[in-house]
Amino acid sequence: MAFNRPLLRTSYEQDASILPTAFQKGAMAFLLLWLILMGLGAPYFSGPPIFLLGNTWINPITNMLPLAIAALGLNILVGVTGQVSLGHAFFMGVGAYTAVSLGGNGDEWQACVPFHDELGLLEKSSQCGLGLPIWIWLPMSGVVATLIGILVSPAAVKVRGLYLAIVTVGLVFVGLHLGRMLPEFAGDFESGRKWPKLDIRFWKEETPVIEMTEDGQWFGLIYLSEEQKQYFFLLALVGIFALLAKNLVRSRTGRALQAIRDRDIAAEVMGVPEFKYKLIGFAISSFYAGIGGALFASYNGRVAPVQWSLILSVDFIAILLIGGAGTIAGTMLGTVFVELTPEVVKTFTEWLGEQTASNGPVSWVANILLTDGSAGDFGPISTGTVATGWPMSVYFWNLVIYGVLIIVFLIFEPMGLYGIWIKIRNYWKRWPFSY
Amino acid sequence: MNSVLQLAQVSSSATFIQTVVKALALGSVYILIALGFVIIFKATQVLNFAAGALAMAGAMFMSILVSDGGFPFLPFDNPLAPAEGENASIIMWLVNIALALVLAAIFGLILERLTIRPMVGQPLFAMAVITLGIEIAVRPFNLDASALEARSLGVPWGAESWSWSGATVPKSYIAAMIIAAVAGAAVLIFFRTKLGVAMRAVAFDQEAAMAQGINVGRVFAIAWGMGAALAALGAIVYGMAPFPPGGAVSQEIHPILGFRVLPVIVLGGLDSVPGAIYGGLMIASAEIFAGQYLSQYNSILGSGYSTIVPYLVMLVVLLVKPYGLFGTPEVRRV
Repeated sequence: MAFNRPLLRTSYEQDASILPTAFQKGAMAFLLLWLILMGLGAPYFSGPPIFLLGNTWINPITNMLPLAIAALGLNILVGVTGQVSLGHAFFMGVGAYTAVSLGGNGDEWQACVPFHDELGLLEKSSQCGLGLPIWIWLPMSGVVATLIGILVSPAAVKVRGLYLAIVTVGLVFVGLHLGRMLPEFAGDFESGRKWPKLDIRFWKEETPVIEMTEDGQWFGLIYLSEEQKQYFFLLALVGIFALLAKNLVRSRTGRALQAIRDRDIAAEVMGVPEFKYKLIGFAISSFYAGIGGALFASYNGRVAPVQWSLILSVDFIAILLIGGAGTIAGTMLGTVFVELTPEVVKTFTEWLGEQTASNGPVSWVANILLTDGSAGDFGPISTGTVATGWPMSVYFWNLVIYGVLIIVFLIFEPMGLYGIWIKIRNYWKRWPFSY
Repeated sequence: MNSVLQLAQVSSSATFIQTVVKALALGSVYILIALGFVIIFKATQVLNFAAGALAMAGAMFMSILVSDGGFPFLPFDNPLAPAEGENASIIMWLVNIALALVLAAIFGLILERLTIRPMVGQPLFAMAVITLGIEIAVRPFNLDASALEARSLGVPWGAESWSWSGATVPKSYIAAMIIAAVAGAAVLIFFRTKLGVAMRAVAFDQEAAMAQGINVGRVFAIAWGMGAALAALGAIVYGMAPFPPGGAVSQEIHPILGFRVLPVIVLGGLDSVPGAIYGGLMIASAEIFAGQYLSQYNSILGSGYSTIVPYLVMLVVLLVKPYGLFGTPEVRRV
């Protein structure tokens, strides 16, 4: 019965459950199976760059996972609490710096105190890092980001709407300056420093309990490559954090946050303390950002302080808007879409280039689009080594595509990819009727 | 003791005059771009994060007109361009600026028509993010066009300066102040004209304005045209020699104009023209004076600390006055 009427709920438990319908349960099981097979099968698709499969894709996909955690955090702040923040990159940076000061290699405590020689030069050679294991630095990066978030939130609660967006922009610039100012933590401004690896240790022993950064047997059961191990580890973390976020939204706190999003004064009239819950929203969002930033930096190995810039914050806003703000599924879809589109464009361009070289069937497309910058060879996409200048390289075209995508989605589908899915679902649900 | 002596040495009168002039000049740039922000926000309630892209596009138009002598792929050249290798006379240069501003305004109109008009009635934040999208999409073209060599703006007086009782006063700084004063006065007068009153009515209540026979669409278009032109003027002024870009359109213009102006408009209040003027002067003074007189604490504050002074000032002011100094508080209803 219920199969024919997807919105029919027969009990409160069913209404409050995470996956209420049989279809959703099936889809989730299928998705999980697919994700696991995708990870396991990566080495077997190492030939041509098939979409989302194989060794070519496992790195961009794994890189996306920490960002998904951070995006879940921003979703709680923007999508659920309704507070627009462009300062997410700042909190990610805080998390990453905490991770590297606790887990990175350095000169122990001495370097952690920025010492100045009678207002003289900063000691730039020494770097702070205690070499602690991941089970300390990963939670701590979230906790420190949360504390900073709580510190900032009184200002953020007082300021509303667009003013809040601008204040958080200011936060990002202050963070960038701190990154430049404190090379003990952040490393060189342009090139950064090395982050601790994802290996799981009990304490500072040589061989990790769970190896993450070398090919080899896992638990004596299964042979996995380095990429696969990190993929599964981060995937599990994303799963945990997505579940936590979903449960938060279903809880009393989540309902209070949503009430504040819908109309803050009305929520306060009904007895939802605005300040308290906005602070909670900020704190949780910062926690996710800190964890995401620490994992992102750790996975990438080396991150320059310039990376925690406004562009990164805008990325997350774009993820929410393109995916569909306020929903976990939308956040995930948005992350995949925003982070993988540049890779798709890049792979497509490389493929076009190969087509030209081998005179393949679409080499005429490549002839129109690509140019190596020599005279008489026109085309908008440069394959040469010139970094900037017309014709533009794929990197810059990706920025253009990205900007246009944000605009197009906001104009034509304000609910994002999730909204498109809802439309498709509703179409089938009421078929053959039009409404 | 040592630092006190240093301070006394630095604050000689000539340095002080130079610092004041520099602050006023930077303030002029901020005022121009902030006015563009405020006009767009007043009329359309859109927070324009794309100001940097618009400004730099305008400066690009100017550079193409003056140093290239005409646009590529067009059959005719710019008849007003100076001869090859020569600087324009001041009058011709101003005429070229006017041309560039017209082009920038057209660019703003096109953007408004394509991206903002379909969004009328949508949440304010969605519109702000659309302008972020514009910023991201336009930025590569701007970066690209200035990539290989700095594009000259053909400033007639180059980097010349007057000296006055020991202080060096660059001509560009004075020119910046004059241009900003003229533009500010023009905007203030504009809001007293019929069109300006219509714009204020639209800002107050779009539907009521429509019922009074005001063409809201046209008001939107004019606001974006003016906003883009003012931003472009700001970028051209900022491109004059002693300012950091050094007489050319450079990549540096873009982030500075786009986001360093945000504290200015927040300080003054998003919808206040006098606020933009006061805010520009205050933020520029804070930035320049901090840069000049705190420079011996460079090792504590970190190099380039003066660029974050505006944000700190903004944070403090917003804690005290959440809608800026002159902004209209939002009326909150259940």
